[in-house]
Amino acid sequence: MRANTWAGRNKVEVRDVPDPKILNKRDAIVRITSTAICGSDLHLVDGYVPTMQNGDVMGHEFMGEVVEVGSGVPGDKLRVGDRVVVPFPIACGACAACAAELYSCCENSNPNAGIAEKMFGHPVAGIFGYSHLTGGFAGGQAQYARVPFADVGPLKIESDLTDEQVLFLSDILPTGYMGAEMCDIQPSDVVAVWGAGPVGQFAMDSARVLGAAKVIAIDKEPYRLQMAERAGHTPVNFEEVDVRSRLLELTGGRGPDKCIDAVGMEASHGAAHIHAYDRIKQAVRSETERPHALRQAIMSCRSGGVVSVIGVYGGFLDKFPAGAWMNRSLTLRTGQCHVQRYMRPLLQRIESGEIDPTRIITHTLPLDEAERGFEIFKNKQDNCEKVVLKP
Amino acid sequence: MELTAATTIRKPPSEVYRFWRSWENLPTFMAHLEEVRTTGDRTSHWVAGAPFGKDVEWDAEIVDEAPGEKIAWRSTSDADVPNAGTVRFVPAPDGVSTEVQVVLTYDIPGGAVGKAVAKYFGEEPHQQLDDDLRRLKQVLETGEVVRSDGAPWGKRARKEFPQRPAQPLSDSELAKGADQ
Ligand SMILES: NC(=O)c1ccc[n+]([C@@H]2O[C@H](COP(=O)([O-])OP(=O)(O)OC[C@H]3O[C@@H](n4cnc5c(N)ncnc54)[C@H](O)[C@@H]3O)[C@@H](O)[C@H]2O)c1
Ligand SMILES: [Zn+2]
Ligand SMILES: [Zn+2]
Repeated sequence: MRANTWAGRNKVEVRDVPDPKILNKRDAIVRITSTAICGSDLHLVDGYVPTMQNGDVMGHEFMGEVVEVGSGVPGDKLRVGDRVVVPFPIACGACAACAAELYSCCENSNPNAGIAEKMFGHPVAGIFGYSHLTGGFAGGQAQYARVPFADVGPLKIESDLTDEQVLFLSDILPTGYMGAEMCDIQPSDVVAVWGAGPVGQFAMDSARVLGAAKVIAIDKEPYRLQMAERAGHTPVNFEEVDVRSRLLELTGGRGPDKCIDAVGMEASHGAAHIHAYDRIKQAVRSETERPHALRQAIMSCRSGGVVSVIGVYGGFLDKFPAGAWMNRSLTLRTGQCHVQRYMRPLLQRIESGEIDPTRIITHTLPLDEAERGFEIFKNKQDNCEKVVLKP
Repeated sequence: MELTAATTIRKPPSEVYRFWRSWENLPTFMAHLEEVRTTGDRTSHWVAGAPFGKDVEWDAEIVDEAPGEKIAWRSTSDADVPNAGTVRFVPAPDGVSTEVQVVLTYDIPGGAVGKAVAKYFGEEPHQQLDDDLRRLKQVLETGEVVRSDGAPWGKRARKEFPQRPAQPLSDSELAKGADQ
């Protein structure tokens, strides 16, 4: 089959690779009809996540048709022919983490748990196409994928919604939603979201759905800010204004009640010298993150507020504003999304028309053009917000 | 050499105890074992796998046992690698899970066998036992040792890095199986 693979730093390559096969009894094989490129893939391509190998099949946002099931998948759960969206964390459904609906912390789905434990103190779940640290599972930017624990994760789509309407249930819609949910939003809340990428856009929409009084979008890409504005959110361009002052203006001097970091480890900074400090430390590997958005969110948030982090961090960071966090009673919440927890309720919100996930799709390309897809998404060319690939 | 490790398994102590007490199950999750056979009420015969070198076998006997709570065993006098183990099955505070606490001791001999064993345990000997217990948990909670494209060989996935790429296996790779 054809698959998009990691080919070293700053390089992806669509290659011929073997078709996937059942390896565990609870596996299914899915023929992929739609798959997407994610901001998380950029961290891999930019070389900030260790344990990638040349030839790793990328991609963790995919859906399609079940073409084979293992002997351990009960027929009432999944059958050949079912149309499914596959959540990006691989979860067994039986461990204590899964029982607590902390699917991205599943204790059984990562065969490389020992390595993840060294890096993170405790292991994390397996993730499709997302380095060997999270299991070494081939991903979904391909014609087919093997889906472990297929009786637990995949969501069957039984209505006639299009791929584009449901594909993002695999990751970014639940992720944005979880980012807002972790904010414990009250009707009087002003919620500020750093990052108007796909994840940020869905965090904003979710904050609105959960009842926020006002939602603010912070980014530097005018077209991404315009997209947020069209959806009813208030744009702030961090290259044009001082973010903290602007946020104070927009909130009567209080600061946002809730702040969401939807940027992660590769943030850029309006002030060039600060960006350079972290960029250099990152380059010499003495710091793994450039946490500008996180620092700014913590400094901006009103006392007693919540800072919700859905942007991905991988290692260690410098100059964490612990003083602001501690002295002002801030709550910091975070996690890789527990996608399985949110798929069904969000499918209902899509069916009812409350959320329209298609609004962020700007490009649809054949899988064979994945390389170009990565390029325009990464470099923000051609007003690119989200790329869907068709195998 | 003494190794200790622990894991928590979401199954009651009686069930985890029963699984361990059926010695035949041990090789499904312990990387260095090829086969364990029950030979009597309190006795068993153990065959080590490739990581311990070839043809390392020994008999073992239970020296202390409390059903559902604890099993302690040791190899009998003529073992190549004299060893002993204790495993306790302790109810976890959540009321549904079991804390499995394992202590293994090995008397590493000189010669080729001793070398192979020392190499197997490497610089972080407890890591092997940690991985064994992770697989025990996988088997009891999910039914099988979980496999990925990067680490497709279950308990034989000994090599950590670099792994094979996270890319489906070809038919010939699958047919060939794990490198020993
Ligand atoms: N927690 C999860 O489960 C989960 C799931 C999916 C994605 N993610 C992460 O979410 C993050 C965003 O993903 P995406 O697909 O939207 O990526 P993206 O790269 O398209 O979007 C990031 C946006 O942040 C903007 N940005 C950069 N620096 C900024 C700053 N200092 N302040 C404000 N905005 C800034 C960029 O201009 C860009 O528009 C990534 O880190 C990704 O890995 C997390
Ligand atoms: Zn993603
Ligand atoms: Zn689990």
